[in-house]
Amino acid sequence: MTELYKRPDFILDEPFTYCPGCSHGIVHRLLCEVIDELGIRGDTVGICSIGCAVRIWNFIELDFIQATHGRALAFATGAKRANPDKCIFTYQGDGDAMSIGTAETIHAIARGEKVTVLFVNNTYFGATGGQLAPTTLPGQKTTTYPEGRTADRIGNPIRTCELLSTLDSEGYIARVALDTPAHIRQAKAALKKAFQTQLSGEGYGFVEFLGCCPSNLKLNSPVEAWEWIGNHSSKYFPLGEFKLPRSMQEV
Amino acid sequence: MSKRTLMKGTVAIGEAAIRAGCRNYFGYPITPQSELLEYMAEQLPKRGGVFVQSESELAGISMVHGAAATGQRSMTSSSSPGISLMQEEISTIASAELPVVIVNVTRGSPGLGRITPAQSDYNQACKGGGQGDYKLIVLTPASVQEMAELTSLAFHLADKYMTPAMILGDAFAGQMMESIDEEALNPKFEEPEKPWAATGVKDGKRHMVLTAPFTDAELITLNERLQAKYRLIAENETRWEEYRAEDADILLVAFGTPSRFAKAAINSLRDDGYRVGLIRPITVCPYPYQVINEYAKHVSFFLDIEMNEGQMLEDVRLAVNGQCPVHFLGGGGGKLTPPDVIVAHVKELCGGDKI
Repeated sequence: MTELYKRPDFILDEPFTYCPGCSHGIVHRLLCEVIDELGIRGDTVGICSIGCAVRIWNFIELDFIQATHGRALAFATGAKRANPDKCIFTYQGDGDAMSIGTAETIHAIARGEKVTVLFVNNTYFGATGGQLAPTTLPGQKTTTYPEGRTADRIGNPIRTCELLSTLDSEGYIARVALDTPAHIRQAKAALKKAFQTQLSGEGYGFVEFLGCCPSNLKLNSPVEAWEWIGNHSSKYFPLGEFKLPRSMQEV
Repeated sequence: MSKRTLMKGTVAIGEAAIRAGCRNYFGYPITPQSELLEYMAEQLPKRGGVFVQSESELAGISMVHGAAATGQRSMTSSSSPGISLMQEEISTIASAELPVVIVNVTRGSPGLGRITPAQSDYNQACKGGGQGDYKLIVLTPASVQEMAELTSLAFHLADKYMTPAMILGDAFAGQMMESIDEEALNPKFEEPEKPWAATGVKDGKRHMVLTAPFTDAELITLNERLQAKYRLIAENETRWEEYRAEDADILLVAFGTPSRFAKAAINSLRDDGYRVGLIRPITVCPYPYQVINEYAKHVSFFLDIEMNEGQMLEDVRLAVNGQCPVHFLGGGGGKLTPPDVIVAHVKELCGGDKI
């Protein structure tokens, strides 16, 4: 009998602390599958950062370095430059990478640091209780702008992949969604490319995962969370590949 | 006889760091220490190391954290405002119990200040400039030679105690060129193995360099462990120099460049019949409380001399503990107290009476 689907063996036997419908569990699993398939577990170091996923190390048995809020890509730069033969990834939320860490994100990508970024965009500061993020959608209610985001008060959301893809550095940039099985398969393929771009030495891999924070959105079920991604988030943040390294470009 | 060489303070730090096995330097330009950044930019890549000019001091110290977490000797340098920006990360490195070396070539503050020499970051360096109950090992060179020696020592102590160490210099020592014994540039200690380094799961064992404990109880344990470590450092690593102190009736206390002014003043005062000596803390954290406390039993008074508004003064008073008067001479913002000013001040404090 062939086993087609199983729990990645380095997901630790710990109860997940994420809310029902939260996207982090899916991204954790995809990360493990890709690392497993690429056979790089012994050479991989994760940089965990701030927010709900700060304790990714409690769920995934890899080497981890814990960064300060916003600084994950500076940590990754230090770790990778010191160890060019190792595989370094960061796991960051939208508040982390594109609010307090905007400078680190833009400069690491501009320098073409050969690292992989898992950027989970749930349009909130989730762990702190649902405050406005740079990715909060127009009209979306947050604890700091309870009447909903308006451009005149706090501006419009930042489309991170589009912004980063204007930089003349080599790498892979894609936005994927975690709402349907088909999209999740695409997400895994994108993540694999993001790691391959680092491993080939061509450049960085940056994947934005459109996820959902059902607790702060006050949704009633995981199904509603997935539907919210398709109906709202991916309407503002279009899916697709924004940059490919040379080896992945069609001739 | 060992060879002597003429060298600038900031360059001596850079060369000693590379010889001590510093593999990674990350930093951001700021006067008066950009020569160190430039020296590392020129030297490290061709000597097997890594240099990156970071986009900010926040990023620079964070790159250091990331590289150090993989078990390699790593450093950054800056001057006062830049060091302020690093404080959160320095606290985090202390909590992660990682060895890194940070150089502060202090300039006149507060605020942006000016590039005049100063010692006004004493409190920031010694009393926890960032959040929480942590301490650094703070070494204060008074000469170019000592900049080299203390840099080697800083890497050694950082590894030995798994804690960040700081070279707290001033723009005089940083910018000055002096003849040094070339041997001072060489490390005196072997770099230890670092089995804790996060470089990938090996033989089923993983490595984690975490900064935030998982539970409330673990945070209390971390604090207790850090304090025990700081007590051990104080016990083993407190360093100071005594200059003509043994028979002194008046003791000056000064670190870094003002200690050189103090020595010149002491020689002049001794010629005039005043029995004056100097205690020069080399580590200002841990501070040589005990030696000052012992001398306080015998001397008439202490005079603390600093290029700030009296930041170390509080530690001198703590050490003296009321046993004799403690006076202060100095000032911030780049104010100097050259030997003749010290001589006049000591004579005034003595009321014209020789002791």
